[in-house]
This record gives sequence, C-alpha cells and structure tokens, in this order.
Amino acid sequence: MSQPKIIVVGGGLAGLMATMKIAEKGIKVDLISLVPVKRSHSVCAQGGVNAALDTKGEGDSTWEHFDDTIYGGDFLANQTPVKNMCESAPGLIYTMDRMGVMFSRTPEGLMDLRRFGGTKNRRTAFSGATTGQQLLYACDEQVRKHEAAGMVTKYENFEFLSAVIDDQGTCRGCIAQDLNTMEIHKFVGDAVILATGGGGMIFGKSTNSVICTANAASAVYQQGVYMSNMEFIQIHPTAMLGDDKTRLMSESARGDGGRVWTYKDGKPWYFLEDWYPAYGNLVPRDIAARAIYKVCIEMGLGVDGKNQVYLDLSHLPSEFLNRRLGGIIEIYEKFHGDDPRKVPMKIFPGVHYFMGGMHTDWNHMTAIPGLFASGECDYMYHGANRLGANSLLSALYSGTVSGPAAAKYVTGLKKLSSEVGSKPFDQEYKRQVEWDEKVKKMHGKENPFQLHEEMGKAMLKNVAIVRYNKNLKENDNILQEMMERWKNINVVDNNAYGNQTVMYTKQLWNMMEMARVITLGALNRNESRGSHYKPEFPDRNDPDFLKTTKAKWTPKGPKFEWEEVDISWIKPRKRVYNVDKEVSKKNG
Amino acid sequence: MDKFIHFKIKRQDKPDTSPRWEEFKIPYKPNMNVVSSLMEIRKNPVNTKGEKSNPVVWECNCLEEVCGACTMRINGVPRQACSALIDKIYEKTGFGTPIVLEPLTKFPVVRDLMVDRTIMFENLKKVKAWVPVDGSWAIDRGPRFTDREHRWAYQISRCMTCGCCMEACPNVNSKSGFIGPSAISQVRLFNVHPIGSMHKEMRLDALMEKGGLQECGNSQNCKEFCPKEIPLTVNIAAMNKETIKYAIKKWLNK
Repeated sequence: MSQPKIIVVGGGLAGLMATMKIAEKGIKVDLISLVPVKRSHSVCAQGGVNAALDTKGEGDSTWEHFDDTIYGGDFLANQTPVKNMCESAPGLIYTMDRMGVMFSRTPEGLMDLRRFGGTKNRRTAFSGATTGQQLLYACDEQVRKHEAAGMVTKYENFEFLSAVIDDQGTCRGCIAQDLNTMEIHKFVGDAVILATGGGGMIFGKSTNSVICTANAASAVYQQGVYMSNMEFIQIHPTAMLGDDKTRLMSESARGDGGRVWTYKDGKPWYFLEDWYPAYGNLVPRDIAARAIYKVCIEMGLGVDGKNQVYLDLSHLPSEFLNRRLGGIIEIYEKFHGDDPRKVPMKIFPGVHYFMGGMHTDWNHMTAIPGLFASGECDYMYHGANRLGANSLLSALYSGTVSGPAAAKYVTGLKKLSSEVGSKPFDQEYKRQVEWDEKVKKMHGKENPFQLHEEMGKAMLKNVAIVRYNKNLKENDNILQEMMERWKNINVVDNNAYGNQTVMYTKQLWNMMEMARVITLGALNRNESRGSHYKPEFPDRNDPDFLKTTKAKWTPKGPKFEWEEVDISWIKPRKRVYNVDKEVSKKNG
Repeated sequence: MDKFIHFKIKRQDKPDTSPRWEEFKIPYKPNMNVVSSLMEIRKNPVNTKGEKSNPVVWECNCLEEVCGACTMRINGVPRQACSALIDKIYEKTGFGTPIVLEPLTKFPVVRDLMVDRTIMFENLKKVKAWVPVDGSWAIDRGPRFTDREHRWAYQISRCMTCGCCMEACPNVNSKSGFIGPSAISQVRLFNVHPIGSMHKEMRLDALMEKGGLQECGNSQNCKEFCPKEIPLTVNIAAMNKETIKYAIKKWLNK
C-alpha cells in the first residue's frame, strides 16, 4: 500500500517547523522553496521572540502575553488561537533552546529577556539582534537531519505555481517550476502546506526580502482560497531608507534603551515619551509609525527638513550595544556609513509585515480541503496590528499546528493522491504550461521591472500609513490600468535557461491581483483600527467592523464578505497607550 | 556632466556554455550598491555598445547581508553584492572605473553571476551540523549555558554559508574534496553546545575523513574574507587540537 506524503511550500520558520513535525510522525515531506531554505526571509527578523518565561521576577504570565497581543491587535484577532499560541510559547522557546539556538544569556546561564513594544514586562528572548536568523538556522539544521535520514526531499530554487485540485474540490498536490531549467513539474501530495510568507514587494520597497511577493497566496486565491484582513499592513516605525529596500532597525533598539527624537524650537524633542508617557518609546508599531508620520509630514519637523527622525543609541555603553545590538549596528554602519554608537541613526517608517493572509480554520486549513496555510501568509494571530517579537512566535507556533493537522488529515483520507489518477494533475499542468508559454512570448512595450516600481509607488502613496477613500478608489483604478499595461509587457530576456524575467512577470500579475484585495479591503473598512488609519473615520467602530474581512476572487475583482470575530475571552475595550493597561481596563 | 557607474560583467547563458564579458553603464546616484545597480540595469538592459541585452541574472534575497545569497566576486574579491557600496568602491578605485563582477569560481555556474552552492549544505550533512534532540516537542527548560561561551559560539552561529571562505581558500578544489573552513567551524559550535557535545565524537570522526581537516593548508585566507568576521582560523586550530586528542584517546583505547 502506498504511503501518504505531504508537500510543504516555503522553507522559512513556519515551513521548516511544519516539516519537522510531519517527519517526526513518520510521514515523508517534499519541501519546495524559492531559495536554499537557509536563505529564507525569516533570517531578517532581528529583535526576538516572545514567550512569558517570567524569569525576571515581574510576575509575567501567558495570560498577560495573550491580553497584550489581543489589545495590541485592536481586538481583531480570533482570541482562542491566540490564547493557545501564548500558552504554548514557553515550551516552544525552551524546545528551540534545546535545539541549539544561541539565545543571549544571563550571568546565571539562563536565557536573557528584553522588553518589546506594547508590553510592560520583559518577555522577549533574543540572540543579539539576529534572532530570526538563529531560529531559522536551528530549524534548518533539524530538517537537514531529517533530510539525511531520507524523510525530507528538498526542491530548492523552485517556485510554486498553483494547487492541483480534483473534481471533488480537494487539493491533491501542486505544480511548481524549476527556476534554473524553467521546467514545470507536477508534485503529488496528500496535503499541501503553504508557508510562503508576506508580500512586502507589493509595495515596491519594504523591509522584506525580494522573494516576498505573496505570489503563492495570490495563485491559490485565484483558485478559491479566501484572503482575510489584507488591508492590515504593518508599517515598522524605524527603518533606514534606501534605493533598493528599506532596511529594518529593530524595535529591540528601543527595547534596550534607544530613544526617538527630533528637534523642536532648537531643542531635542522626545515626542513618543511626551505623547505616550505610560509606554514611551515602546508604544506598539502602528502608534509609533503614525507619530513619526505626524511629526515629519504634518508638523514639518523632520531632521534636516527631510522625512526622517533620530533613533538614538549613542547614550548607551558601546560594550552593551555590541553585545545586544551588534547585528543591526553592523547593518547601519555598512549601509549608511555612520556609527550608531556615536551618532543617532536616521530612520523613517517602512512597510514591514502582513497581518492578513489566507483564511483558514483554526487548524490552518483553507477553504480547499488538503490545502493549508501557515506563518505570515495566514491571517490568524495578529489582528489589526502585530506586536514586536510575536511574528517569530506565530511562525514557529503555526508550524506546530499546521504540520500535525496536515499529518492527521492525510492519515484519515479514503483515497491517497497517488490513487486518484492523473487527470487533475494533467489539467493543471497544462494550464500552467500554457500561461508560461504565453508570458515567454510577450513582446510589448512595458518593462516589467519599471511597471512594478510604479505599482509600488502608488501603493506606498495611497495605501500605507494614512488612508483616504478618494485615494483608495483612485489607487484601484490605477491598479486596473496597470493590469491592462501588464498585457503589453516585453519580457526582455530571451534565454530559455534561468529566466528570472519570465518568473518576475508572472509574479507581477499575482502581486497586482493581491494589491487590489489590499486596496479595496481598506476602502471597505470605514473605521480606524490598529495599522488601518483613516482620518475621515478616526475611531474604531466595533458594531460595524469588529469583523474579519474575507475576499473571494472573481474575474471582475475581489468580492468581499465578513465574518464574526471570536471574542470569547477578553471583552473589547478602547486601546490607549498614554495610560497603563490597568486604567484602560477600568475605562472599558 | 552626467556621471555614470561602469560595470564589466562576466556572463554565461547556462552551465555548459562559455563565458563572455559585457559592459554596462548606468547613471550615478549616491548610496547605490551592486544589487541596486543590477536592478537598474534590468530596467533597461542595453550594453555600452548600445546593443539590447538580457537582464543580468544573479541571486539575492535579504539585501541586508544576513542571507548570504548575493555573494559574487567584485573587483576580484568574494563578498555580498548588497553591502558592496558603489561610493566606497570608487573611493578606492577612482570614480567611473569599471567595476568587475564575476561569479564565484569554486562552484558550478548556473547563469551569469549565479552559482550552485549545494556542496556547502552537503558538507554540513557530512559533519552532522545539528543538535540531536530527541524531538521537537516541549519537555523542559534547555540546558544552562554560560554567557562567556555564548559570546563566541554566537559568533560562529552567524555563518550564512555564503561561500566567501571557500572561494578564498586555495585548498578548496575538486581534487581535494576539502569541506572548507565554514563546515569545520560549525563543528566547534555544535561541540560546545551542552546537548550537541554529547555527540561530539561523530563530528570529530567526520573531520578526520578524506576532505576533512587534513586538507587545510593553513593559508589563513578564509578569515580575511569572512563577512561576519568569524575567527575561522581560531576555530580550525581548536578543532585540530580536539581531533588530535580524540585520535590519541581512540588509539589508546584500541
């Protein structure tokens, strides 16, 4: 009798954790990744990972972590899955420690903890300022062990193109393309887990890696998966501006004592400490990003008259900075030239993280049976704003849910995918080969790279920190025009081998489909909640909008539905950071 | 006068074709790097002879020098293209001089500046570069680890498997089968971890095999080119000492 097999797409934290969990259950995994998995975007996470270890004598608890996460997310996240995540966090982080993650240590040899935004307790475990890299490497090593044992087969430098869905509507595998030979392959699997990350590239410039296009999510959205809460885009308050990308300057800089300021009336003005005395520099990211926007754009008080403010570490001892924040200090020095130990860094907010993603049930399965989503590409754990250091946690945790859930699903199947016949595979393969041939033959006038840059600029201008309905409508029109212009692309590369331009052109179409979901999702939501801010509707509106957005693909554009949010544990209250959380609870 | 950045790029269409040189010029802007320059070229891929060309193919991902993808030879030096700032290069070579981009030479070329570094990941398998935990389930707190040891171990664990040390090492070649400085250095990391050290013999055995430690010719090039400043030669020396001790012990216990 044939054995079930599971396909995991994406070799970042979520994908590797899911792979590990499945291999441990004795089920083989085909692991498909755009890049060698060790180079996945998880390496970019800097500051740390949250778990209420309570080793600092502060009386921290998993409930407090849960409450901070829900409150920080402006009550849009379904509460039960978030509660489960926070309760699992300490065990999960101790497990990562056993796997050899080089977490920074206290003098006693315990894992050290630092403070992060939107919380009053030290709850963030870290490895200097390269925590994502260190966690990813540990998962990479464990998966390599399973690979050496024959349980995992890697397909690196492959791009997922679409899911294979049989006539019962069940996912039976996927189609993926070898980025070197350009050959298109059929992969048979009894479940497919997409762990394909966010889509910062839709905004052109972001803190994301260049592979973060949301291409896979968009492909299955066009096959029937719902996208949820895509209008919630985290803008990280402190990033370095650059021509090619905006480089993240970790929140841990503020967690370890960094201060944000600009000049006002010739004197340093610590505006976050001034406006939010209870949390100071450690307000959640949406609040800090809007404050910096206000100071620069509305008040015209940016440093040197430009859109930038200072993030200042220069008052802290060099030895402390090297040990705790060496990773980001190195990035700033290498890419900017100045030494943050001596002069304040110049920063401005940049697109950072997608709170929204593919809609799934609480076991991470999408509307298509057998197709799962896990990690940043799902919508589950962050509501309307993600707290710092919760992304590494949700990526790891979701893998511990999606992996075992997929394993359970495949062992319960009446018929394995290897037994359903070749028809659904042949059909989907044909569709992808035809699309590929069509794109290869495009010899119009538009350059795909330039078109992408224009789209990114429009998205940054109209759908970022501050949103107006007029601009959102205009942006949707621009996107539709661009989709017409896309049809006139010239695929400038005529080499049949390793053709990145053909792949980029295909990704660009999928990014445009997703850009419309983000734009129209934002247009529909006439309130301000978490990262989504409309000056025309400055308040949160629970009666109308305490709801999950669900977008379904149609040939004419996304169709929207709404779903109730699970608020079974904590009653929604007003989110304010100028006073302590206890006061906010009293005020309701 | 308009200012230009000038590139001389070694190009190759696929693994089995011969390379050729092609030159490009793009308008100068401050604060550019090699990756952002290649991105400019692909927006209008026309070479200095005015001929239409294909966009240059290269690997890149994070653009923050933490993923290791964009490693190539820049003016003969193996390094990451994202952190190769044009202004810094021109401070050394003079403004407008051609910046030479080539693929790494120790790995098979895929296309243009892109190479296949699979061998490095295979070498990590050979030396069993992992902590053999019983499983990924939560049991208890991990072992204590001193801050002092953490400091140097953390430095090793920042290795991106980028290949700079392999490229710089004269002993890495198809004949020697040398696993290279980074894989040896990783053994030191796993052998200091409290759980990893329970299995240190299996890694020391791997280092004593063909292509292992004995292939190191002590040229000390590796540490000069490591972008993360990992003290590779110190780590290799430490592993040398460990394997000698281990070999003697093994011989005595025969």
